[in-house]
Amino acid sequence: MSIVLDKPFAITLDVGSSLANKTGSWRTARPVYLDRLPPCNNQCPAGENIQSWLNLAEEKQYEAAWRKIMEENPFPAVMGRVCYHSCESACNRGTLDLPVGINSVERFLGDQALKHRWKVEPGKSTGKKVMVVGAGPSGLTAAYHLARLGHAVTVFEASAKPGGMMRYGIPKYRMPREKLGAEIARIREMGVDIRLDSKLDDVARTMNDGGFQACFLAVGLQRGRCVDIPGAGEGQEKIAVVDAISVLRAVELEEATALVGRVVVYGGGNTAIDVARSAIRLGAVSVTVVVLEPREHMPAHPAEVKEGIEEGLHLINLRQVRRIDGKVLTLEIMVAGDGREYLHTGQSETMEADVFVQALGQAGDFNALCNLPGIVIEDGAVEVNAELMTGSAGVFAGGDMIPAQRNVTAAIGLGKKAARNIDAFLRGEKPRLKPKADIADFSKLNTRYYSDAPRTIRPILDVVRRSSGFAEIVGNLDEESAVFEARRCMSCGNCFECDNCYGVCPDNSVIKLGPGNRFKFNYDYCKGCGICAAECPCGAIKMVPEEI
Amino acid sequence: MSLQTVKFYQTGTFTVGNRLLAEDERTIQATAARSNSLNCGHRACQGCGEALGARYAIDAAMAAANGQLIAANATGCLEVFSTPYPETSWQIPWIHSLFGNAPAVASGIAAAMRIKGRSDVRVVAQGGDGSTTDIGFGCLSGMFERNDDVLYICYDNEAYMNTGVQRSSATPPAVRTATTMPVGPEPGNVFGQGKYLPAIAMAHGIPYVATATVADLRDIEYKVRKAINIRGAKYLHIFVPCPLGWGSAAHDTINLAYLAKECGLFPVFEAEQGEVTGVSKIRRLIPVEEYMKPQRRYAHLFGKKPALETIAKIQARADHNIKKYGLLEQGAQR
Ligand SMILES: Cc1cc2nc3c(=O)[nH]c(=O)nc-3n(C[C@H](O)[C@H](O)[C@H](O)COP(=O)(O)OP(=O)(O)OC[C@H]3O[C@@H](n4cnc5c(N)ncnc54)[C@H](O)[C@@H]3O)c2cc1C
Ligand SMILES: Cc1ncc(C[n+]2csc(CCOP(=O)(O)OP(=O)(O)O)c2C)c(N)n1
Ligand code: SF4
Ligand code: SF4
Ligand SMILES: [Mg+2]
Repeated sequence: MSIVLDKPFAITLDVGSSLANKTGSWRTARPVYLDRLPPCNNQCPAGENIQSWLNLAEEKQYEAAWRKIMEENPFPAVMGRVCYHSCESACNRGTLDLPVGINSVERFLGDQALKHRWKVEPGKSTGKKVMVVGAGPSGLTAAYHLARLGHAVTVFEASAKPGGMMRYGIPKYRMPREKLGAEIARIREMGVDIRLDSKLDDVARTMNDGGFQACFLAVGLQRGRCVDIPGAGEGQEKIAVVDAISVLRAVELEEATALVGRVVVYGGGNTAIDVARSAIRLGAVSVTVVVLEPREHMPAHPAEVKEGIEEGLHLINLRQVRRIDGKVLTLEIMVAGDGREYLHTGQSETMEADVFVQALGQAGDFNALCNLPGIVIEDGAVEVNAELMTGSAGVFAGGDMIPAQRNVTAAIGLGKKAARNIDAFLRGEKPRLKPKADIADFSKLNTRYYSDAPRTIRPILDVVRRSSGFAEIVGNLDEESAVFEARRCMSCGNCFECDNCYGVCPDNSVIKLGPGNRFKFNYDYCKGCGICAAECPCGAIKMVPEEI
Repeated sequence: MSLQTVKFYQTGTFTVGNRLLAEDERTIQATAARSNSLNCGHRACQGCGEALGARYAIDAAMAAANGQLIAANATGCLEVFSTPYPETSWQIPWIHSLFGNAPAVASGIAAAMRIKGRSDVRVVAQGGDGSTTDIGFGCLSGMFERNDDVLYICYDNEAYMNTGVQRSSATPPAVRTATTMPVGPEPGNVFGQGKYLPAIAMAHGIPYVATATVADLRDIEYKVRKAINIRGAKYLHIFVPCPLGWGSAAHDTINLAYLAKECGLFPVFEAEQGEVTGVSKIRRLIPVEEYMKPQRRYAHLFGKKPALETIAKIQARADHNIKKYGLLEQGAQR
């Protein structure tokens, strides 16, 4: 210390900085950064990292955003059209105003990739051979991920074209074939060998003969389920009775279909609505959908029902078909009981029809599997363990053929999961499971920091044009609207570098690490007031008690 | 079909920064190069609104003055927690003299700069509500009246916090302090007393008067920049919650400032030459209880038998502000 006399008047000590005072010792709780699991990601059956690709889309980094999707799901353009987007029902923004239009942005990105021909490279070859049975969404997704992991993949497909129900079930007006074809072609370009017109009748033999070290079964449920209705097929003038799956396949193959005259579709699911809407497009005289459930409990997606009705389908709820006499259908009137029970009234009414389409679900044909040792088939589905392996070692299964959610996105999620587990199996390891992070539910957010912004709506082809052809009915968002929509995302649970913590700390105890690198705390001075955690818009900071 | 064509940046300008905005549209606080005029190691309580408000304002002033800034500081928390001799947290030329004379000291500095021809140096004086509305009021009024080239910033935490939460003339009615009625039919500060300094400043007809809260950084930065660029006397009144004196949670400081504005109790506006020229509208109107309930200084109103009449009188004050300053958007729902 210097001598007092050297100092100016009345000064006895050197000026010091308060940095000598380490106020971090006052703290009883410390802030820590964390990544919480956004509810949309948690909900997505394909396990997409939605928040993270929206974040890139917000910055107009479309290719990077698309690559983020492709880490999980090889079908963004398909997803943007047929996925039932349960992510949007889980989206926190729905509590604030309206959910983020995740699906529209995904479609925009998927289409950008097709337009610019972005590609994915296969992984370095492992020399291992895997076979996949069925080129539906589940099989193709597994093939894609296996190829990325460096395995040689052969896909056996019974039909003349790949895609499974994405092609032979879902009608063109919802899923244009050139988009589907282009996304499948991209997988083929990675070296995945898809053998068409190759229906397998003995999987065990093919596996053995081909020297495959593992197999993924994804044969789906290819048969339409039917019920026997008294009187059907009797008499001279009879109603043509067909099943929905065959009809939709015929529509796709542009074969003569039964959908002429007065068409009655029986069933309340998406398939029933797809058949009905196809019939309208094929010029049927009238199209009626007879459903057991009341409208609000129909399994079909409400938007599809609404659009179908706009196009002219006639919906009759709470009816069960009892008899067919010539061209007359007898429908019993049902009433809703407790929950999802429907009670008979004994009262009935009749209606005339030329065609009766049964859309009552699907069943599988698993004959080709019977030589696989240990395989178990129960309730019309193949049993698998938590790793998706069947009772037969090295044979995995997924998609519609196992007891699970039955939709394209779930089939894709299961294909991905199977690929990762097959990879572990081939390396003789246990699959690695990442522990699930805490969910960033609405209560974790500080929503006052988000701009008010209504959702953009995708344009829809007008009714006259859509009921008279198979043109795609739901249009695209333009770039500006897609970016706008992406920017409505609140980045739940994941730092998006808004600088709030850096700004609001009364003790300058947040260090900014620069774009993309987020922040860190300076625990030498942080007093643990918790303002940063309270003011973080997206809930990416947590206060943790100090050990004292 | 017409589609939305507005520019939209996720959090817009609500957050401190926003990676989607152009560099020049970002705040000073969002930059790594901000001056951190009030550095860490200061001894303010956890979650002190005054410490935060001071850094916001003085960093903005430093940026607006190109680093040529001198500050005079009144006695009070801001001075005591920042500068226990010989240490200081200030990284700017800074002078403390007395509790009541900061405006006069600043007037002197401004005069000296004028004589020295240093028109590039800008002068700020700052203090708490006690030093501003009570003991320093005479000096401040003189500074206004002479139109001295000084920006005076009052950090209003609604009491004398440094000496243990005594009432000031800026303490609102019904608030409990160490020097108001502790018991009786109507404990807490009386109704019908006190003064509202922004209006008094406006009555001096000085070039610029504004209010702000620590919940709106952009607004503070905008107002400070504007004030620094005006020659003459300027007054900025910043609302800064005090966890210790208000009995509120340390993490609630910014939230309470936000709620004070949203319920109408603290109107945020700016005025030039004595006329109001701009108001920050309420985004989502809330009842005053929502602001008061998290604070222990109002706890006596929310006991087993809530003091409904008192609360109604406070609500009436908010309603009066809303009407007087036009705080609601046209057509907004009450
Ligand atoms: C009409 C209809 C509309 C639908 N709409 C939607 C929708 O909008 N959104 C949605 O998410 N889901 C929808 N679904 C459900 C969805 O299509 C299925 O859940 C999904 O396709 C299942 O995928 P998968 O890969 O398991 O089976 P599939 O798509 O059925 O593919 C299985 C493939 O395996 C092949 N295969 C079968 N047996 C053999 C064999 N022995 N040898 C070789 N190949 C064989 C089949 O030919 C087929 O290509 C719809 C389904 C239908 C029927
Ligand atoms: C002439 C004089 N009287 C009393 C004091 C004691 N004193 C120091 S700070 C203070 C209160 C400061 O209150 P305020 O200006 O509101 O600032 P705050 O601490 O609340 O930020 C008092 C009474 C003093 N320093 N000088
Ligand atoms: S706001 Fe964004 S991150 Fe949050 S749930 Fe919705 S899409 Fe996901
Ligand atoms: S008493 Fe209040 S104003 Fe003073 S340092 Fe503590 S929180 Fe800040
Ligand atoms: Mg005070």
